[in-house]
Amino acid sequence: MTTFYILVGYLSLLIGLGVVSNRFFKGTSADFFVVSRSVGSFLLLMSIFGTTMTGFAIVGSTAKSYTNGIGVYGLMASWSGLLHSAVFFAVGIKLWAAGKRYGYLTQCEYFRDRFESDRLGYVLFPILVLLVIPYLLVGVIAAGKFIQPTTAGLFPDVFPMPNLPNGNPHPLNGGIPPAVGGGVVCLIVLFYVFFGGLRGAVWANTFQTIVFMGTGVIAFFMISKNLGGLKEATEAVAASEFGSARLGREDMMGKLQFLSYCFVPLSVGMFPHLFQHWLTAKSAKSFKLTVVAFPIFIMIVWLPCVLIGIWAAGYLGPLDPGQSPNSVLGRMVGQLVQSPVLTGLVGAGVLAAIMSSLDSQFMCLGTMFTTDIVMKKYGADRFTDGQKIWIARGFILFIVGATYLLALALQDSAHVFDLGVWCFSGFAGLFPLVFASVYWKRVTLAGAYACIISTAISWGYLFYRDILAVKPEGAGGDEMLVFGMMPVAIIIAISTVSLVVVSLLTKKPSEAIIRKFFV
Amino acid sequence: MKSKIVVVLFFIFAILHHDVWNWDNKTLWFGFLPVGLGYHVIYSLVAGLFWYLVSRFAWPHATEAWAENGPGE
Repeated sequence: MTTFYILVGYLSLLIGLGVVSNRFFKGTSADFFVVSRSVGSFLLLMSIFGTTMTGFAIVGSTAKSYTNGIGVYGLMASWSGLLHSAVFFAVGIKLWAAGKRYGYLTQCEYFRDRFESDRLGYVLFPILVLLVIPYLLVGVIAAGKFIQPTTAGLFPDVFPMPNLPNGNPHPLNGGIPPAVGGGVVCLIVLFYVFFGGLRGAVWANTFQTIVFMGTGVIAFFMISKNLGGLKEATEAVAASEFGSARLGREDMMGKLQFLSYCFVPLSVGMFPHLFQHWLTAKSAKSFKLTVVAFPIFIMIVWLPCVLIGIWAAGYLGPLDPGQSPNSVLGRMVGQLVQSPVLTGLVGAGVLAAIMSSLDSQFMCLGTMFTTDIVMKKYGADRFTDGQKIWIARGFILFIVGATYLLALALQDSAHVFDLGVWCFSGFAGLFPLVFASVYWKRVTLAGAYACIISTAISWGYLFYRDILAVKPEGAGGDEMLVFGMMPVAIIIAISTVSLVVVSLLTKKPSEAIIRKFFV
Repeated sequence: MKSKIVVVLFFIFAILHHDVWNWDNKTLWFGFLPVGLGYHVIYSLVAGLFWYLVSRFAWPHATEAWAENGPGE
């Protein structure tokens, strides 16, 4: 029960944070949506880092390293370290400046003004929402699926599972089912976002980032100690037939695949929840720490997980059919450390990584609905600040409920986790739009539409080929590649060409709009 | 001028990410860190240093001033 009590204690702390952050709430919509643009360097770093790192950063990175070896670090962590900071520096500060100068709360407000078109906002809104929802689903399903094995055996009378066909007890017997675990996680995130607004999310993200960074490092040292030390752990991999290939990249991934992964981190430039976090900054200087520390923070989270992943290849060997690589971290902690305290702490760390993304996403959808749809249609002056906050809370409640019900319906679908990767590709496909909007005076409204439409078509086609189309017997399992590259490379190429060509073929934007947005 | 130098350095640094020379090198640094992983850990640290220098010497002061002197909300 120690593991369970640690998880309950952790979730209770988050509720406490929600209550305290509500005490600091100033009652204005600017405070609820963007923390009165008052967030300093440290909180900005922690909230953006917590939002960007999902549960994949801990569980998925270990699993992928177990499968594909050390190259996973270069594929995801070092590319992200360079490119996330580049996007924050080159795009984030410019968007913060426009938001501060003209009072924007959402991306759609910015793009509407930048391209002098209300309709563009109505086209972008559903696309952004549709890309965020699968991302939310992955979080809720992952939380539910993680809590069940972590609490297995604790409540056999309340949550019994039938025995396996061979008569052995079910390994998940007595574990809290995903429907309950995912529901509790949704309710706790809802609580602190509902009452604390974005301040609640920023505070919770800061706390959760400390938790998941700390638990990863603790798990790393405990596991290495129980494998006999750092040298012994890696030497065992080198001596293992299954594991040794994972110390290099040959046969583990393609060179073009490795190169084209650079396009995936560009998605952060179009995440609506990150846009909202950027707007919370007190000044441009608040970005400095985030820009500098991001590559190092990513290293602190990913290096231990990648090493645990390759050590697992040597220690566990090949998995039995039906076993998921996502179980590797749990098995390494369970078999090597056998400490309910550490299991509880790692569990809290995984939930922290998941929830620190969910809260910002729920919050941004509430803000977008209130600002981009309701206030746009009926006029901002028609509502008091209090009414705007309650409209946002109502939509957040609706989105949490809808996400939970969708998660229940889709939790056993084989493709749900693939959707997360496809969300990143969709946002990355729209990156040329935001980049051109801050750097290219010649970009036009028609060019913006061309970028959005070409992204939607190319993304939709490749998504259909990878997820929906019937594949030949025995195919599947591997990441989809186009000419050896990640599909996102093709999507970005098409959207960039469309944006540039159509902009050059259509009438220049007005001088007034260029004066308004360019320093 | 400063921003052009930053862009050039950024692209040189991005090219250095593609360390094909470590592709199948399984040598261990300090007895436990595969060279292909160690290279990218150093890459992350140098990325932090690179962005520190960019923040120090190529900070967008004009953008900052533009934001602060706007018409406001």
